[in-house]
Amino acid sequence: MNTLAHSPHAHAPVTVSRVMATVMLALTPATLFGFWLYGWPAINVWVVCMLAALLGEAFVLRIQQHPIRPVLMDGSGLLTAWLLALSLPPWAPWWIAVLGSLFAVIIAKQVFGGLGQNPFNPAMAARVMLLISFPVEMTTWLAPAPLGSANAPGFLAGLAVTFSGVHLDGMASASLLGHVKTEFTRGIELQQALTGYYAPLDALWGNRAGSLGETAALFLLAGGIYLIAKRIITWHAPVAMLAGVVIPAMLYSTINPAHYAGPLYHLLSGGLMLGAFFIITDPVTSPNTATGQFIFGLGCGLLTWIIRTWGGYPEGVAFAVMLMNAATPMIDHYVKPRIYGRNRKGVSIDPVKKES
Amino acid sequence: MKLFKLRGGIHPESWKELAAERAIRVLPVPERLFVPLHQHVGAAAQPLVRVGEHVLKGQLIAASQGFISAPIHAPTSGVISAIGDFSAAHPSGLTAPTVTIVSDGEDRWLETRVLSDPFSLSPEEIAAAVGAAGIVGLGGATFPSAVKLNLSRKNNVRTLIINGGECEPYITCDDRLMRERAAEIIEGVRLIRYAVGAVDVMVGIEENKPAALAAMTAAAAGTEVQVIPVPAMYPMGWDKQMIRALTGREVPADGRTADIGVLVHNVATAYAVRDAVRFGRPLVSRLVTVSGGAVAAPGNLEVPIGTLVETLFEYCGGFSQKPARMVLGGPMMGIALFSAAVPVVKGTSGVLALTEREIGSTQPAPCIRCSSCVRACPVGLLPLEMAAHIRSGDSGGAVSLGLKDCIACGCCSFVCPSHIPLVHYFSFAKGELMAQERGKLKQEATKKLADERIARTERIAREREEAAAKRKAARAARELAAKAGQTTTEAA
Amino acid sequence: MITALMSLTILGTALGLILGVAARVFRVEGNALAAQLTEILPGSQCGQCGFPGCAGAAQALAEGLAPVTLCPPGGRAVVIALAAKLGVDADVSGVQDAIPMVAEVREELCIGCTRCFKVCPTDAIMGAAQQIHSVFREACTACGKCEEVCPTESVKLQPVPVSLHGWYWNKPLIHLSA
Repeated sequence: MNTLAHSPHAHAPVTVSRVMATVMLALTPATLFGFWLYGWPAINVWVVCMLAALLGEAFVLRIQQHPIRPVLMDGSGLLTAWLLALSLPPWAPWWIAVLGSLFAVIIAKQVFGGLGQNPFNPAMAARVMLLISFPVEMTTWLAPAPLGSANAPGFLAGLAVTFSGVHLDGMASASLLGHVKTEFTRGIELQQALTGYYAPLDALWGNRAGSLGETAALFLLAGGIYLIAKRIITWHAPVAMLAGVVIPAMLYSTINPAHYAGPLYHLLSGGLMLGAFFIITDPVTSPNTATGQFIFGLGCGLLTWIIRTWGGYPEGVAFAVMLMNAATPMIDHYVKPRIYGRNRKGVSIDPVKKES
Repeated sequence: MKLFKLRGGIHPESWKELAAERAIRVLPVPERLFVPLHQHVGAAAQPLVRVGEHVLKGQLIAASQGFISAPIHAPTSGVISAIGDFSAAHPSGLTAPTVTIVSDGEDRWLETRVLSDPFSLSPEEIAAAVGAAGIVGLGGATFPSAVKLNLSRKNNVRTLIINGGECEPYITCDDRLMRERAAEIIEGVRLIRYAVGAVDVMVGIEENKPAALAAMTAAAAGTEVQVIPVPAMYPMGWDKQMIRALTGREVPADGRTADIGVLVHNVATAYAVRDAVRFGRPLVSRLVTVSGGAVAAPGNLEVPIGTLVETLFEYCGGFSQKPARMVLGGPMMGIALFSAAVPVVKGTSGVLALTEREIGSTQPAPCIRCSSCVRACPVGLLPLEMAAHIRSGDSGGAVSLGLKDCIACGCCSFVCPSHIPLVHYFSFAKGELMAQERGKLKQEATKKLADERIARTERIAREREEAAAKRKAARAARELAAKAGQTTTEAA
Repeated sequence: MITALMSLTILGTALGLILGVAARVFRVEGNALAAQLTEILPGSQCGQCGFPGCAGAAQALAEGLAPVTLCPPGGRAVVIALAAKLGVDADVSGVQDAIPMVAEVREELCIGCTRCFKVCPTDAIMGAAQQIHSVFREACTACGKCEEVCPTESVKLQPVPVSLHGWYWNKPLIHLSA
């Protein structure tokens, strides 16, 4: 009792590591589903991502001569690696996972000063880096082969897929977004391209080709709602992002259904659900205020739809998030809460005027 | 009645169950009382007694100084044993001028005038009586009540709000007061209404005090006083929050509540007003909640001002375990005490002995910009940004973000998952800015002194020169005259 | 190639001329700046900066001969104000506000020689010949002149005693792990 202790002398039972743990818990259903859907190689990719992040972060902390334990214990590095793993192709080779994880925790996070200092979402920065550098590996999708099914690789075969690049024939597939984009370039119209490729019900469950943990729309939605209920995130950014995709999709598909896909197609494909509930709600790289988060989410959604519709890449979530990350300081600069007894400009309110 | 929407705020664990069901007990007058001269906002009171003098309970021992100040009265009868420095109820643990009274054990009141109908007084007389009784805002703000009454009357305040929003965890003294002495409070409320000429009177009480609500509603029946339940949240007892909940209006940031025609007083203040006006009894005691996980038998005590905190703990059975921290006031805004040998003052609503688990503090971690603090802030500030500015030595930047509007309620620090001491940063910056302001004033004053001195030395030098020149001229004239005289003589 | 060279040369010459003319036409009297800087400085003429009084220091600042951190009694506030006025970046982090000091007379040593109050630039010392002097704290700028002239080392600068009035919270000491 010999140091001055400032009030308050009470604290909510919350810590950074508990926040991170709650987010991981919310991710678990979708992750387990991904493991089941894509089998042992997916599990390997996830494990490799997590290990690489831990070791990589420990290494840079050591050369910076910072204490290692408290930083690793806060769970932020692990969460980053987890999110990255979910956005990778499930049968990606091990070095993609290692490279991505190291880039995320070292270049995108520690170089900027560690937790809370990074301007860009580390997982998305790593994903974009990988996508640009290794387009082939990053867009090789596999048709789902659930654990225990006939053509699913066993544990050893899974290791072979991840670590020695063995590919099983007849498994290659294209993601929905990629397929549609390719078909467009061949002059094939949307309805035709979707035939046999797109079943909304399957997409809802995530039973389609895609990234490890991005496909299970329902599970991701459940995780997001859990986080909102736990007050870890608020509804503003996710709802705005979904709206940012759904509204233009609805508009354009009504005008020209032959060329523009409808809202359901957009909602249930790519990384939208993961992005809306788990990526853009990253507190570090998103705005401070509810209004700011809404604008941020709307921007992410719109950019995603624009990139998907007119851009060169089939999927736009990662790019959209990074672009909006860059806009976050500007949003925070312009969107500030109104202070009690002042108007939006910060001038003391007029006592006589407001008579409500 | 429709309530208006509030912003921010938190719902901390209330811990009120520790003391809420314990009826008020009167603490026996301790042997010695240590009565500080500065227990209110404004100038310290000036002592009127001497060491060795015998005083009666309620006797004026220090007079109010200036417009914003309050007098101090003897909390019991006895002999003044010292007037000097004593540990103050202050976070620094420094000392402050204090009058020490050794009780004579009789607790004998000064003869006071008792009115059978206090409403026979004029509004001005009521305000004067309140001022003479040394009543200050007992909710913790300790602003002299009479000053508020006079200001409100002059500003034609229409709405009187009585604040029963005891939102600090643990603290239950106002709750008990409302349950046990509702009729007296209502009489005090009506006196205040009469003194300022208000039309509407609303008593806002948090929903988590159903017994107090029931008692007050019953006591207010048939009067012009409306008792209104308000949501239980922290900081509901912030006067501006209460105003927003009940009237939907905001007090201008650069103004006072009177600017929007509202006067706010605490329930305990209303009770003290009734005592002062009807019985002529000054404020010499108050209700204090003694609570916390380390206190053996928490309770609510009526305590003479100047009683040491340690006496309260002893009366409540001492400690059941070694407290990790002793707090004067509530846990959200109270001050940590170095030692329990500090006196209870007019603004003390509670004394707490907390365990490590209740405090729940851990090492601070980096800010993850989660903006929990932004959501929790009832004022609408950006605590994380303000703290970042202050941390890098830019208190001015924090001011432009609204540092001066911060009420130090502690919501931001409470919810921060990184356990960053945000309010501590704000207190530091406010203190630093105040010190700079003082320094600037002093610099201006000394600059003036220096200029005056330069002017003076120049003037003296000039005068000296002029005097020398004059002397020289005079001498020359004399010499000339002498010479002339000579010539004349010669000529003659 | 030639055209490019020529146009750049002409452009350079023309702009240079404009700048030169502007510098003469819109010339600001140096004294105006110095006067404004004098306003910012403490004005106790203590001479701790090494210039003759605050006006001298202001002149040196205006001419760029002295750094904005020249004034010890001014502390950070003055550094910030000077830097803002001169439009330069100042590293305030290095400037520590000196512990506030005040002159104090040790009465048992004072011989009442009156030297100290003769040199005090702010008339902060009261006294008369053969009488013990005392310091009027509110007016003392802790310039230290009295300390220098005191023959018996009776006047000394002491840290201002901490009181409830001037106390404020320290800056939180945090060792963040990252």
